[in-house]
Amino acid sequence: MKSYTKYDPLVEYVLRSADNTLILGHRLSELCGHGPVLEQDIAITNISLDLLGQSRMYLQYAAQQIGNNETEDTLAFLRDGMQFRNCQLTEQPNGDFAHTIIRSFIFDSYHFYFCQSLKSSTDSSLAEIAAKSLKEVTYHRKFSSEWTIRLGDGTAESNERMQKALENLWPYSGELTEEDAVDAKMAAEGIGVDLKDISGSINDYRNNILERAGLKVPEKVFMHSGGKKGLHTEHHGYILAEMQFMQRAYPGLNW
Amino acid sequence: MSESSMLKRFEDKIQREIKIEPRDWMPDEYRKTLVRQISQHAHSEIVGMLPEGNWVTRAPSMRRKVALIAKVQDEAGHGLYLYSAAETLGTSRKEMIDDLHSGKAKYSSIFNYPTLSWADIGAIGWLVDGAAIINQVMLCRTSYGPYARAMVRICKEESFHQRQGYEIMLTLARGSEEQKAMAQDALNRWWWPSLMMFGPPDHESKHSAQSMAWKIKRKSNDELRQSFVDATVPQAKLIDLVIPDPDLKWNEDRGHYDFGEIDWEEFWNVVKGNGPCNKQRLEARNKAHDEGKWVREAAAAFAEKQATRRKDVQQKIAS
Repeated sequence: MKSYTKYDPLVEYVLRSADNTLILGHRLSELCGHGPVLEQDIAITNISLDLLGQSRMYLQYAAQQIGNNETEDTLAFLRDGMQFRNCQLTEQPNGDFAHTIIRSFIFDSYHFYFCQSLKSSTDSSLAEIAAKSLKEVTYHRKFSSEWTIRLGDGTAESNERMQKALENLWPYSGELTEEDAVDAKMAAEGIGVDLKDISGSINDYRNNILERAGLKVPEKVFMHSGGKKGLHTEHHGYILAEMQFMQRAYPGLNW
Repeated sequence: MSESSMLKRFEDKIQREIKIEPRDWMPDEYRKTLVRQISQHAHSEIVGMLPEGNWVTRAPSMRRKVALIAKVQDEAGHGLYLYSAAETLGTSRKEMIDDLHSGKAKYSSIFNYPTLSWADIGAIGWLVDGAAIINQVMLCRTSYGPYARAMVRICKEESFHQRQGYEIMLTLARGSEEQKAMAQDALNRWWWPSLMMFGPPDHESKHSAQSMAWKIKRKSNDELRQSFVDATVPQAKLIDLVIPDPDLKWNEDRGHYDFGEIDWEEFWNVVKGNGPCNKQRLEARNKAHDEGKWVREAAAAFAEKQATRRKDVQQKIAS
């Protein structure tokens, strides 16, 4: 077991994106073969692949920064929950298709502006990862926004399911743009994204789509947070139990 | 033109290796055989996503995880082209999928076997995709145009999957004792079901003769099976895995490997629904379909609303 639970600010920062994309990519991959329509099965698997591809770039960069023979695989498969830095939204279960779509919509609307801003990072590795990701994330945002509108404005049942998913997941939307000391330091150095700066665009975008979908933004919601510091919901442990099974059962082998 | 002269023209095209296209006249039986075969093939791709999808969330490295997801996604894509190819014969995707879900339509029995360890993912790529390719290379020259063209594309991806599966086996076979044992165990379990993939022996295959005459198939089940054994035995030797067949040996006179008797009772049992996972596979497909019902209904309702809104706007512009 790794003894560290705190990393350098840069590593901390990179792991946040690495873990957001890893955990959401993993969640979406659970749906592979189980989508509501074949075309949507393919689309969701595609998004999962994009996110995992992005995660690999971040993980490799974090591993390189940490040194110590760390690799993308040791980071993904040998850290415990308290060392994971993903926001709690990304670990929420797939639920029905409404929950899957709303979770992606909340994340993608943040992720788009995040990558757009990170593209101008003074850290050339991060800038490069963000530029590559942005093309994919633009498509993800389009996909989840279109489905939010389609299901919000579909039938009475679909509207009700979407509103319920929104109520359930909205409390996890705040953490994505909640700035802590690491975010502030990275933004001040020109390495990271100024979350205060992109919050307005994210809110405008979400409000516009939700209005078109006929969905009401939940009001006076208590926002949960903690993922960025390694504090997760109960779901997280089960993701790791499954995802890390092989590396835990057969340590130190090549696959 | 009379039916007999149309039939003559059809048979003449088959003889001269001219592809039959969707708008051409064709005998009802030819159409039926193709719909059955292509839809079965499409269903196999879709159901085949389940045993491999079973290891997506437990893949042992980031590289393997991404490669496995991409592979399963390719299978979904193959399912799509094949459903489209079958639709050119006048049967809708919905009808075909309903037949799958009700248990009326069949899919390849190999997918009724469970994936119990990571090595099964290697074994499926190596053996199951390997067997599929032998069949599909032949189908690239099948007489029905849309099916042949779908096959050309599918074959390219399948041969990539086969190499990827073999490479997983190679890595395991060169790994620790546990990994070697895992690879051997997977080969033991997947070998015989893979041989069964080519279908019953020629003297018992009820559809074969007509399909050969129409050049839907160009090689018999037993011929294809022999090609698979001949291609696979040296691959197993190369990575020091033992094929679980004591009767397997090279026959100098025939220029082929002789192999042991296949347990056809097991084969028919799995076809009839008694395989280890028949029930689970159909349940998983039905569950995804049933849970997606409200999504499909909402998408249809939304599309209709959009169409009405467009019409309203057009009317307003016109007035």
